Amino acid sequence: MSGQPIYVPKSGLAKWFETRLPLFGFLHHSFVAIPNPRNLNYWWTFGGILAFMLGFQIATGVVLAMHYTPDSKLAFLSVEHIMRDVNYGWLLRYAHANGASMFFAVVYIHMLRGLYYGSYKAPREVLWILGVIIYLLMMATGFLGYTLPWGQMSFWGATVITSLFGAIPLVGSTITTWLWGGYAVDNATLNRFYALHYLLPFMILGVVFLHIWALHVVGSNNPLGVEKKTEKDTLPFHPYFTAKDGFALVVFLIVFAWFVFYIPSYLGDADNYIQANPLQTPAEIVPEWYYLPYYAILRSIPSKILGVTALFSAILLFAFLPWLDRSPVRSASFRPLYRIFFWLFVATVVGLGYIGANRPEGAYVIAGRILTICYFSFFLIVLPLLPLIEKTKPLPASIADAVLGRPARPSLNPGHSSASEVR
Amino acid sequence: MTFRKSYLVLALVGGLALSLGAARADTSQSSAPEMQPQVARQSWSFAGPFGKFDPEQLQRGFKVYHDVCSACHSLNLVSFRDLADPTGPAFSEAQVKALAATYKIEDGPNDSGQMFQRPGRPSDHFPWTFPNPEAAKAALGAVPPDMSDLAKARTYPRPFPLFIFDAFTQYQEQGPDYIVALLNGFTRPDDPHWNLYFPGHKIAMPKPLTDGQVKYTDGSPETLAQYSRDVAAFLYWAAEPKLDERKEMGLRVIAFLLVFAALLYFTKRRIWEGVRH
Repeated sequence: MSGQPIYVPKSGLAKWFETRLPLFGFLHHSFVAIPNPRNLNYWWTFGGILAFMLGFQIATGVVLAMHYTPDSKLAFLSVEHIMRDVNYGWLLRYAHANGASMFFAVVYIHMLRGLYYGSYKAPREVLWILGVIIYLLMMATGFLGYTLPWGQMSFWGATVITSLFGAIPLVGSTITTWLWGGYAVDNATLNRFYALHYLLPFMILGVVFLHIWALHVVGSNNPLGVEKKTEKDTLPFHPYFTAKDGFALVVFLIVFAWFVFYIPSYLGDADNYIQANPLQTPAEIVPEWYYLPYYAILRSIPSKILGVTALFSAILLFAFLPWLDRSPVRSASFRPLYRIFFWLFVATVVGLGYIGANRPEGAYVIAGRILTICYFSFFLIVLPLLPLIEKTKPLPASIADAVLGRPARPSLNPGHSSASEVR
Repeated sequence: MTFRKSYLVLALVGGLALSLGAARADTSQSSAPEMQPQVARQSWSFAGPFGKFDPEQLQRGFKVYHDVCSACHSLNLVSFRDLADPTGPAFSEAQVKALAATYKIEDGPNDSGQMFQRPGRPSDHFPWTFPNPEAAKAALGAVPPDMSDLAKARTYPRPFPLFIFDAFTQYQEQGPDYIVALLNGFTRPDDPHWNLYFPGHKIAMPKPLTDGQVKYTDGSPETLAQYSRDVAAFLYWAAEPKLDERKEMGLRVIAFLLVFAALLYFTKRRIWEGVRH
């Protein structure tokens, strides 16, 4: 078995380089030797898939940028030029547009994994918050990118979202004018959005670097939520997790390819194949699917300023999870009540997404309000108070004990079996 | 209990939502008789994983566009030579050249600074009947939409749970289905601007096609039903000219990935053999 603990340069050149910059030693430590909990399941493969997707989006995006023209009169036509005249332009464009959706689908799975197994709890708070920052940057990048084709939904989506800043008291309209670079969404807006859409992915890359650094300091959480203690609890990253992550990545690519090659317009909006027209509002302005739950929250609140506040709080609450969730037990596998609330939360978010896609009329408004209350209750009521009533199951003494089959030691304190786990 | 078992809970919740959605769709249908009838699904040669355009159908569809639609609608993004695309209408180069030459294209300025008219060349895009949208609006009362992307820019609602199934059945032809429905939706002889499928039923375009209006040379029926399907197929090709290439490549890519995934799976199993985790 490979996975030696230390990188030993073999050739003279490698030795010469390593004494000047220990780059390969660093890479070896980070992606070959690093010990991972041996019990990581397939829900832990999505981080690697996300890293791949970031690289993929940057690569396809850079090539698309070579053919795209950020001018309000030419943007739509240049995208059509990519689709029709550029060699494999249709492939690049469909892969990049669907790639954004895949990126979000995978990041949502990654976040829910963290939520289910309590990956945000000490000592992983900084790791988690860096993830929330990546998510925020992703949302900004996705929104900016969606405006670039300058179709009807690009234009009107940009108008609706930038108008949200108009809700800020006193300085709202000044900020909106500043964002637009004028008094309406126009060429100046498109130009700056393009510049920012090119910039933000590299900022994401920087935060991803910090995210992985933080991960390698504290190590991966695992399905048991019990810290690794001895070498018996772990396996080296390579070959065990490179093989597992590689397999998961290729399975993901099959799903991705299904979208790109067979249903490339499924996640898009038909209206975006109509060139932007500031004089004609589409019948319905709907954001991309990955924003729909937040869009539903925004529209559930009758006051604009409160709606915008709710929208941003709904996202920012994720950053406070490490302190909102008071349970000392990480993994939902040992938290019978939390497990139920977790799935109710998932159902709430899916329900909000469905409501966000529909016109805010009749029952949808009421359902949207109820689910908005449910959404915030999960963070502000359930997570802090649940530990007071929840009887958690006894935790295994170690990963090795649980995996290698030794009987779990009976806990001294069944109610809070994990008290010893708190740091 | 593991994550996997908890998945059952999600399935249950999903099932509940499914039934609620179905119930809601039922009530909205019965309580709103004014709603548009459901657009009928057509069977297309270009649907599904092995889909390909039928060149003969596209040639007929082009004839309908050329003889009827082009009187008002532009096709800005399509050039004459695109018609020679072997995965599209597959006209011969001589046919494309001859067709292009029947159009007058404004070019210039020449050496003396004058704009001039010349016969079209295969590399020219289809010119529009009108010099600008304002002229079209003055003549017709509304600006007819450009037809290059029309078949992807039109759709009809696919309520839950249908849109879920669409992802698995690869239903992407909402646009052409809607266009066929629309062309057959002028059902009130007394009002040529009334359309059964157009949102709000009042459409600026009067009934454009009737039986026998376009002459076919290949013996296909000269009926509205046939015209509408042919022109919708042509418009889908105009909007998605790389469809054949895309689906062929998709087949190869997914076949490769399936084999690759299987190999990686067995590699992974071999590596993890005897390792409890």
